[in-house]
Amino acid sequence: MADQPRILFCHCNYARVVPDEVKQGVLDGLCQSGRAFEAVADLCEMSARRDPALKRLAAGEEPVKIAACYPRAVKWLFGSCQAGLPTDRTEVVNMRELSADDATAAVLNDMVDPNLPADGSVASTEGEKKI
Amino acid sequence: MAIADETTLRIVLYEGEGAASLDAADRGATVTALLEQGYAVTCAGAGAVAPADDSALLVLGRFENGQAPEAEDANGEVSVAFRDITGLDTEGITALVETERASTQSAKHGEWKPWFPVIDFDRCTNCMQCLSFCLFDVYGTDEDQQIQVQNNDNCKTNCPACSRVCPEAAIMFPKYKSGPINGDVVSDGELNREKMKIDISALLGGDVYQMLRDRSQRSRSRFSKERSSDKALGERTKCLTKLAAEADIDIPLEVLQSLPSADEIAKKAEAANAKAKAALGSQSS
Ligand code: SF4
Ligand code: SF4
Repeated sequence: MADQPRILFCHCNYARVVPDEVKQGVLDGLCQSGRAFEAVADLCEMSARRDPALKRLAAGEEPVKIAACYPRAVKWLFGSCQAGLPTDRTEVVNMRELSADDATAAVLNDMVDPNLPADGSVASTEGEKKI
Repeated sequence: MAIADETTLRIVLYEGEGAASLDAADRGATVTALLEQGYAVTCAGAGAVAPADDSALLVLGRFENGQAPEAEDANGEVSVAFRDITGLDTEGITALVETERASTQSAKHGEWKPWFPVIDFDRCTNCMQCLSFCLFDVYGTDEDQQIQVQNNDNCKTNCPACSRVCPEAAIMFPKYKSGPINGDVVSDGELNREKMKIDISALLGGDVYQMLRDRSQRSRSRFSKERSSDKALGERTKCLTKLAAEADIDIPLEVLQSLPSADEIAKKAEAANAKAKAALGSQSS
């Protein structure tokens, strides 16, 4: 991928589902890296509020890396606010599943591995739904 | 409380020309403090950031001579303010930002735990079961009769019950503890389990009340002189809790306790069913 990805970090403020050491580790890594990034307090709250800022965060031509939780959840938190993320160039780094080191490395790696569920797919471990 | 459709104040932490850089520790402490207060922060550095929109912008920096530049949007469309943070600790910075937030009428975060259903429209078949099930008017339909989450702040915190009635495992609560409700991928095994689950609508709206009536009949005959509303509530709670535990539906006690009365449930269920039928009817026409 030619373009350096834009980075978005979710601090998951209002629940303890992302381990503190992982989100703090990733945030520290970003702050030390000298890279530009966007950080938001809680994507869930922004989505609940239908915050127009989600459109800004989803817009742009460059690939996007999002440090948050499960790609299926992130896709539809944006999607339900008419702020669809580009499935061909968005990678969600799941801080619920990765260690702080692995998540930081994935966020700062310029290679983007798009992993949002494809539109119209059931994002299942087996098979695809026809709609 | 009704959460408003408001935007978050966008803060830019500026370290470019005309401002001093922060060291990594100060940058980290500043960004963390702002996030904990619910703000969105853009850290300018190497690489792209999200494009500008028409939301209010607050630019913080350690500006030369402690003097923040005076600037405004040439078109007058965006509120832009620059503030100097030289010498301020994180408390001072968040206090300064809170004053700006209030003056721009941007969203105030953190007053509500964002617990609400998120629909995976790749999976949803628009069957309206969630709409018929929910007693708190969380669901509705849009002008195309597509299911929508309309009143997400009506949702009962930590209650994932509606995700259990969805036959397609299409309802997520991203802050739930486990998959697939938290957004993790759905295995075919899990999907089959969802399809076979008990009819929780009946459990909450019907059987529970029948059971309560039976129990209350029995207890009336035994303790007719001792009945009090507290006791009735205690019984209802015990009964609902037992049923919820048996059915493994993970509904918090507060939610069970705050369920409307049987009559209200019947009325709400009827209204929701009518809405669902109308939506389904217009889909098939
Ligand atoms: S999107 Fe995921 S990481 Fe972000 S606030 Fe919601 S649950 Fe937390
Ligand atoms: S129950 Fe599930 S599939 Fe049916 S309308 Fe609701 S979200 Fe869609």
